[in-house]
Amino acid sequence: MENKHTLSVLVENRPGVLTRVAGLFARRGYNIDSLAVGRTENPAVSRMTIVVEGDEYVIEQVTKQLEKLVEVIEVSDITKKEHVERELILIKVKAEPSVRGEIMQIVDIFRARVVDIGKDTLIIEATGDIGKINAIESSMKPFGILEVVRTGKVAMLRGPKYEIE
Amino acid sequence: MSVRSERMSEVMQVGSIKEKAEKSRTVFSGAELVIKTLEDLGVEVIFGFPGGAVLPLYDALYHSKKIRHILTRHEQGAAHAADGYARSSGKVGVCIATSGPGATNLVTGIANAYMDSVPMVAITGQVAVNAIGRDSFQEADITGITMPITKHNFLIKDVKEIVPTLKKAFYIASTGRPGPVLIDLPKDITVKEAEYNPWVDVEIPGYRLPVMSGNGTISSVAEAVMQSEKPVIYAGGGVLKSKAEKELLAFAEKLNIPVTTTLMGKSCFPENHPLSLGMLGMHGTVYANYAVSQCDLLIGIGVRFADRVTGDVSTFAENARIVHIDIDPAEIGKNVAVDFPVIGDAKEVLVRLLELTQEKKNTQWLKTIEEWKKQYPLTYKDNGKLKPQYVIEQISELTGGKAFVATEVGQHQMWAAQLYKTAVPRTFISSGGLGTMGFGLPAAIGVQVANPDAVVFDIAGDGSLQMNIQELATVVQYELPINIALINNRYLGMVRQWQEIFHGGRYSQTDLSCQPDFVKLAEAYGMEALRVEKKEEVRPALKKAIESKKPVLIDFWVEREENVFPMVPPGGSIKKMLRG
Ligand SMILES: Cc1ncc(C[n+]2csc(CCOP(=O)(O)OP(=O)(O)O)c2C)c(N)n1
Ligand SMILES: [Mg+2]
Repeated sequence: MENKHTLSVLVENRPGVLTRVAGLFARRGYNIDSLAVGRTENPAVSRMTIVVEGDEYVIEQVTKQLEKLVEVIEVSDITKKEHVERELILIKVKAEPSVRGEIMQIVDIFRARVVDIGKDTLIIEATGDIGKINAIESSMKPFGILEVVRTGKVAMLRGPKYEIE
Repeated sequence: MSVRSERMSEVMQVGSIKEKAEKSRTVFSGAELVIKTLEDLGVEVIFGFPGGAVLPLYDALYHSKKIRHILTRHEQGAAHAADGYARSSGKVGVCIATSGPGATNLVTGIANAYMDSVPMVAITGQVAVNAIGRDSFQEADITGITMPITKHNFLIKDVKEIVPTLKKAFYIASTGRPGPVLIDLPKDITVKEAEYNPWVDVEIPGYRLPVMSGNGTISSVAEAVMQSEKPVIYAGGGVLKSKAEKELLAFAEKLNIPVTTTLMGKSCFPENHPLSLGMLGMHGTVYANYAVSQCDLLIGIGVRFADRVTGDVSTFAENARIVHIDIDPAEIGKNVAVDFPVIGDAKEVLVRLLELTQEKKNTQWLKTIEEWKKQYPLTYKDNGKLKPQYVIEQISELTGGKAFVATEVGQHQMWAAQLYKTAVPRTFISSGGLGTMGFGLPAAIGVQVANPDAVVFDIAGDGSLQMNIQELATVVQYELPINIALINNRYLGMVRQWQEIFHGGRYSQTDLSCQPDFVKLAEAYGMEALRVEKKEEVRPALKKAIESKKPVLIDFWVEREENVFPMVPPGGSIKKMLRG
C-alpha cells in the first residue's frame, strides 16, 4: 500500500483524452492500479482518479508528464491530503438456498445490498473505501465468487471546494 | 491561455483595393480559412505534397500571394524540410500531406521534430467526417498514430474550429519547450463555409507555460558557481531555442567556465573559442568527457542528460554537484539526480545568473584542461589517402564555420560534429534524438529556403543519402544552391564500425558496394556533380562548388574502413574512451 498514490486529475472533457492519458502510462512504463473517470460539476471538465504504483521518483515523473499533456488541466497527488475515497463493487456469488442466510448476514455487516437474486446466485453491491471492498470480496470467497466488477477508486478532498493550485 | 491577434490586426490594416473587395466577402470555405489564417500567422513557406483529401486546400493555396509552396518528392522530405526551416530560422515550420499514406509518410519527420523539440505544424487531409472509422479509402487514424510523437494534435470536426485550432497549434508548437503539432482536417470540413473572424480569442485551459524558478533557487546556483573551482557548462539545444547564445558566451567568459555542447547544442558556443570543449558523450572529445568527469560543478543548460551523452549514469559527473536549467520541468531529475533544479528559459536564467555572479578566473582548472587538449586532441592517421575527416576539416576551413551544415546520420555525422567548427548559432542542423538517416538532404532544403543567400552544405553518407534521394529533384526545381558533400565509404559505416568493434568484424548487411554512380545520378536530376578520390582534389572541388552558387554534389570516395574515435562503448563510463 505504501507505494500506491492517488492522483486526482482534471482534464478537458474531449474525445481522446482518456487515450492520451492511458497511452502516456503505457508508453513510459508506469503501472495504473485503477482509473475512474467522469464529468465534474462543469460539463466541459472531467475528473480522473488514478491510482498509481511507484516510488517518489515515479510519481514525480507521472505528475510532470501528465501536466505536459495539453488537455490535462491540473494534477494533484491527494494521497496524503484529507480525502474521502470510495469504490463500488458488484459481486455475483454462488448462493444455494441453504447458504443464503449466512450471506445475507455478511451483507448486513458490511452495509452492502443484494441487488439481484437468481436461481442459485446473488448479486451484491457494496461501496466503501478500498479496505472495506477488499474485505467483503474476501468474505464472499468461501461461497464461490462467479464474477466481480469494480469501478476503481474515486476520491474527493474534504473541506471547502477543491482549489486549483 | 489566451492568444490575442496583434499580428493579425496589423496584417488586416495593410490591404490593397483588391484585398478590400475580398474583405467584403465575409464567408469562406474551410480551405480558404486555413490559408487565410496561415497568412495571418505570418507563414511564408509551406512544404508539402498534394492528394485527394487536400485538393480543396491546394486549390485555396493556388490563390495565395503570400505563401510559397515547396513541392517535395516525398512527404517525409516535406516534414524534414519544415524541420530544417524551423531549426535554422527559429520560425514554425509548416508541412502538408494528404490523408492515409501521405499522413503516414510524415510520421518519421514528426517523430524527428518531436525528439529534437522543433516547432512545427503538420496539416494532414482526412476522409470526410462521416467516413471516419469505416476503413474508407486512404483513411489512417493519424491523430492516434502521432499521439506519442506530437506535443499535441487535433482532429477538426467543425469548420468554425479551423481558425481557433490553427492559432492554438502555432502557439503550442512555438512556446515553452517547442514541438510538432498535427492538425487533421477532414475533406468535407474544407469545403464547408464559415465566417472569418481573425480576432477570435482562444483558450487552452490545460496549457500553461512553466513558471521560472524563484530568486532563492537562482541565487543558490550563483553561490555554487562562485564556490566552484572546477565548473563545466554542458549546453544543449535549449540554448539555441531560447536564443541565449550571447548570454551564454558572456557568462562563460565572465566566470571562465569551459563549455561543452551536445549534438543539439552545437553552434550555441563558438568552437574556436579557448573555452570551447567541443562535444561531449559517446563521440565527444576526450577533454570534454574528462572535464565533465572531474568537474566539481556541472551546469546543464537546455539539455536532457541523454544516454548518448551520459553513458553509464552512475559514473557520470560523479564528483560534481549538478545544476539543471531547463524550460521543461519533466526533464529535471528524469535521468540524473540533480542538486540544483532550475525551471526556466535559458536566456532569462542566464541573465539572472550574470547579475548574481562576479568575475572569476579558475586558472588552475583551465590549465588542467589546456593540458588535456594538448595531450588528447581530436586526430586521425593521415596516410596521404583521402580521409573523411580531412574533407570535413576542409569544409570547416573554407567556410570559416559560417555556413549552414545539415547532416545525415552515421559516421560522417559524428565527424562533422567533431571537426566542423561552427562559428554562428543555429547553423548545425542534425537529427539528434531520433537519429534519422535521410534527414540531411530535405533539412538542407528547408535551411536554404529560409536562408536563400547562405552557403548550405549537406554532409551526407552514401547510405543515408539514398533514403531521401528523390529530393534532389526538389533541389533542382527550386534552384537551391545546396552543396552535397557525400562522404562515400560504400558502407553503412557506423553500423560496420560497431560490427568491427563489438561483433567480431562480421559485416552483416552493411556493405553498400552495390550503389548507383552518384555523379551520374545527380546529373540525371539536373545537378552538377563531380567525384573526388584524392586528397589534393578536395579543396579545389569544394571551392568550385561553393563559388558556383548552384546545386552541386561532390562524391568523395573516402577510405572505406575509417572509424570514429574517440568512442565510449554503449553503456560504458565516459571516463573510459576508445581512442583508436
Ligand atoms: C532510418 C534509419 N535506419 C537505420 C539506422 C541505423 N543506422 C545508423 S547509422 C547507419 C549507417 C549510415 O550509413 P551512411 O549514411 O552511409 O553513413 P556512414 O556511417 O557510412 O558515414 C545506420 C544504418 C538509422 N539511424 N536510421
Ligand atoms: Mg556510408
